Amino acid sequence: MKAPKFSYVRAGGLAQVLQLLQENGEEAQILAGGQSLLPALNMRLAQPKLLIDINRVDALKGIGLEAAHVRIGALARHAEVAGSPIVRQYLPLIAQAMPHVAHLAVRNRGTFGGSIALADPAAELPACALALDARFVVASSEGRREIAAADFFLGTQATALRPNELLIETLVPVRQDRISVFLELARRHGDFAIAGLAFQLLLEDGIVADGRLAYFASEDRPTLGLRALAAIRGQRLGPATAEAAVAALAGDLAPIDNAQASAKMRLHLQGVLTRRALAEAQARATEQAGSP
Amino acid sequence: MSEETMPISLTVNGERVARSVPVRQHLVDFLRTELGLTGTHLGCEHGSCGACSVRVDGVLVRGCLMLAVQTDGGEVVTIEGLDATGEIADLQAAFVEHNALQCGFCTPGMLMAAAELVRAGERRTRAEIRTHLAGNFCRCTGYHAIVDAVAATLERRATGGSKRV
Repeated sequence: MKAPKFSYVRAGGLAQVLQLLQENGEEAQILAGGQSLLPALNMRLAQPKLLIDINRVDALKGIGLEAAHVRIGALARHAEVAGSPIVRQYLPLIAQAMPHVAHLAVRNRGTFGGSIALADPAAELPACALALDARFVVASSEGRREIAAADFFLGTQATALRPNELLIETLVPVRQDRISVFLELARRHGDFAIAGLAFQLLLEDGIVADGRLAYFASEDRPTLGLRALAAIRGQRLGPATAEAAVAALAGDLAPIDNAQASAKMRLHLQGVLTRRALAEAQARATEQAGSP
Repeated sequence: MSEETMPISLTVNGERVARSVPVRQHLVDFLRTELGLTGTHLGCEHGSCGACSVRVDGVLVRGCLMLAVQTDGGEVVTIEGLDATGEIADLQAAFVEHNALQCGFCTPGMLMAAAELVRAGERRTRAEIRTHLAGNFCRCTGYHAIVDAVAATLERRATGGSKRV
């Protein structure tokens, strides 16, 4: 189908975007990479009065290392994030996730901020942000505020962003003492995941000292496996510990049930991925201990 | 609401073009209806099938997921452009040689996507070729022959053979 009629503004700067959002509120939609918005427009699932194209707003671009965190501009495209030496070195979890984000042509346009702000339950980056304890900087014409990833995702394509606010950048803490593991299952590479996880673990001599276990594509939002973490904290990684995590996972997740996969199947798959991820973490810890 | 339009000026396959376009028109409709470049196909029109793949400012994109107005000042290369420059003449010949097309609907998008891999100039496994092409649907070939054609082209280029098959 063809998109419905709308007005279009190619914004020249951040102040203009914020003013237009202030004036138009929910009747306006931000056009960033457009890889979810354009399908929604073409299928007439979205009918905004105004599209605000932010693609030429330079203040929203770039990836940089700043003190204890990496700043990822809202307009950083997936391909740019995937190819960034800073991301590869300091945010290995995101580097691992990137090849799973859609397909090459979509990664060339889609943006980091767009994925966060859209908050699709099957998306990889919201789960990574949650696992990495990222903060989102949002702005309106009234000022700026920061929102922790744990407080940002409220449901299927629902976030703590107000209608007059724009996601400016994501600040991701650098924790080089942690081991990162990202895994997902999809029917075709690059398709929407039907189960997935993003783990960040602190291991001390093979024992789980701390971590954040984020699951996605099973709930209506990325969800922390708090009981699964409690079950493995203080334990030595191994098959018995993995089984304890999987058993506890049933208390963390109440997966959605739809045509792609039943709730039961999703919970089972998250368990399968959890075993694989913990084995992978153990293997990497051993590898790191063995290298000088 | 009346149809809002906007003037745009861009380069398509090396030629400057200037038009006034509806702001809601996506790039493929612009290419096909305004410029008569019908090599770029519309399959699903929501980013799943890859038939609309084109190059914008040097990178592969879904033509149905960009508005024409967004290419103002930019550079678009379609399958007609790639064909004319000879950049993928060997890949095209390999598609014919390996029967990598039947109805041909997906072929322009498939070639645009495969061209990215071919121009990178690195040897790739069949699994890597499949992953690279995972964003492009083909309903005829079962993909095997397409992977054959891309693999053969990569091999010929890597061994320094003639670009022509």
